[in-house]
Amino acid sequence: MSKISRRRFMQISGSLVAAGAIPGAGLLTKSSFAAEPIKLGLLHSLTGTIAIAEAALVEAEKMAIDEINAAGGVLGRMIDPVVADGASDWPTFAEKTKQLLQRDKVAAIVGCYTSASRKAVLPVLKQSKGLLYYPTYYEGQEEDKQVIYTSQEATQSVISAIEWMAKQQGKTFFLVGSDYIYPRTCNKIAKPTVARLGGKVVGEEYAPLGHTEFSSIINKIKAAKPDWIYSTVVGGSNVAFYKQLKAAGLDGGKQKLLSTVVSENEIDGIGKENAVGYYACMGYFQSIKSPENEKFVKAIKAKYGQDRVVGDPMECAYNSVYLWKMAVEKAKSFDVDKVVAASSGIQFNAPEGKVAIHKTNHHVSKKIRIGRARTDGQFDIVFESGVIEPNPFPKL
Amino acid sequence: MPTTSIKEAIVTFGILVMQLFNGLSLFTILLLMALGLAIVFGLMGVINMAHGEIMAMGAYTTYLTASFFERHLPGLMDVYLFVAILLAFCVTFAFGYLLERGFIRWFYHRPLDTLLATWGLSLILQQTYRSVFGAQEVSVPLTAWLSGAWEPTESIQLPLNRIFIVALTILVTLGVWYILHKTRWGLRARAVTQNRAMSSAVGIDTNRVDALIFALGSGLAGIAGSVFTMVGSTNPGTGQLYIVDSFIVVVFGGVASLLGTAASSFLIAQMQTTLEYLMSGSMAKVAILLLVITVLYFRPNGLFASKVRT
Repeated sequence: MSKISRRRFMQISGSLVAAGAIPGAGLLTKSSFAAEPIKLGLLHSLTGTIAIAEAALVEAEKMAIDEINAAGGVLGRMIDPVVADGASDWPTFAEKTKQLLQRDKVAAIVGCYTSASRKAVLPVLKQSKGLLYYPTYYEGQEEDKQVIYTSQEATQSVISAIEWMAKQQGKTFFLVGSDYIYPRTCNKIAKPTVARLGGKVVGEEYAPLGHTEFSSIINKIKAAKPDWIYSTVVGGSNVAFYKQLKAAGLDGGKQKLLSTVVSENEIDGIGKENAVGYYACMGYFQSIKSPENEKFVKAIKAKYGQDRVVGDPMECAYNSVYLWKMAVEKAKSFDVDKVVAASSGIQFNAPEGKVAIHKTNHHVSKKIRIGRARTDGQFDIVFESGVIEPNPFPKL
Repeated sequence: MPTTSIKEAIVTFGILVMQLFNGLSLFTILLLMALGLAIVFGLMGVINMAHGEIMAMGAYTTYLTASFFERHLPGLMDVYLFVAILLAFCVTFAFGYLLERGFIRWFYHRPLDTLLATWGLSLILQQTYRSVFGAQEVSVPLTAWLSGAWEPTESIQLPLNRIFIVALTILVTLGVWYILHKTRWGLRARAVTQNRAMSSAVGIDTNRVDALIFALGSGLAGIAGSVFTMVGSTNPGTGQLYIVDSFIVVVFGGVASLLGTAASSFLIAQMQTTLEYLMSGSMAKVAILLLVITVLYFRPNGLFASKVRT
């Protein structure tokens, strides 16, 4: 008898220690004696170069999990987040996915930011029958059975953005992007759209990722004098790009620029004074006026500090957790195939408004908005589209 | 119509002038970036992979100074940059000194170990910045009198912050030249570089010289990091963006030669801006790397190899 109880003691204390070692697993210690919690993997880069963009997504996902747990969990079970660090390194993403699926036995994963990391994860998902919720706007051209894409794909944002721009005065466009797949695909969609609307592309430039010298590109822009700059410059390069545009006299008052990448989170680093007057095209802006959004923003600020700002990817990350929860409840099961089948047609009243998972293509239908940056780093929403169906493989 | 063609010619001329100025600006940026590295690498033979992170330290010092001034001395925001540059130099100088005494000096004569150890250090520093300042970029406000452009004619705009960097780099380079070539300490530093054993025999404290050279190199990195907040971004990985370019400049120019560093920054900068204007940014990078490889094939010690026995 004494032997058994000692063994039990070791088991329990062992599991408590292990739980403490996993960041964010505090819930497990509280509820491990009640119904077994269900694990949800959160896979993002917390270290390395992409941590700039990804670290905030984990916070939004954790907040959604806390809210769901406070409301009683999923199918009566608490959600236990298992955070894994992809370290901005694509093989690490694949390896961590394997760990999450095989060792931690997570029911689903919310994660990835760059397309490169998502592509690295796909074979592992297929092999181990995992399910990934991918919360970032991306270039489309993909529809994987094991992935639900919860943000706008390129046609949703690029076509709406170009159409809106062409309606304003002036129809010459200068396309600037970082040199990798997202900007190149966006511009591939943008160019025929511009032509269809009777506009003209007067320049197309790509800067290497992480580039900080935009003086030559800015000179080309000056020589071409476009009505609009359409920018898909990403990451830290944006800071250099916006600062140098302003220094060269092409600030938001004089030059019209629209980006499908720069959200409130990026403006934080770019500096409000450098972004004023420029436009962004997103599904979500912090300044959206709706009870759902006000509640969401308030909750983020209460949890992570009053000066936190919320950008589009954070909101999509938050939505992802709810979309998974709703699919599980509809399927009445955590089984991946059943959850995927149940996902079709699910609707969620997100902070940005209603988002719905497409019947077949695993993407979401949603509204697209265009905002103009204010002096306080927030956006004035100047355009709101109707609900746009996702179309990851557009005919161009 | 003749008037439009004249107008066009003026615009083209303006673009040409701005393009030349861009080359000059990039030249000074590269030079400032590489100066500290050239001193450490050139005089001591230490490959410091954490050089970029020391620049980031200068950038974060600037950020902290700016925040302090914004909060406590808003009336003096116009001059915060000078304080920040000075502070960035002091902080990184002190850090470099301690780093050499407590870390680097144990790795002398083990170049590969230095490389790995300083690379490890760079990772530690990056993660430290991430933990302290967050993974997001921080924004460093630009002083009012440095934003905007100087417009000598209607079609030419020269950004003021870049003019400032050009002036500062000239000042710093002259300062370094003066220290190395006109002071007693500089004489000792050069003596140690040329013949360590002999310098030691005539009574030069070579350890002290090493520590000060390393500290000076770090301090210069700090200044560079501080002024780059005006044109670039400040995040935990900022240093990584600069380190490769710095190394290319130093290796291309030839180790242990200030003139070489200057000449190679100038060449690379002019080439990069010109090629970037003529083709795409990525292709410009490719062309420059090809040039560097070709030159290093024929002149393995760089453009200006110093004739020093090591």
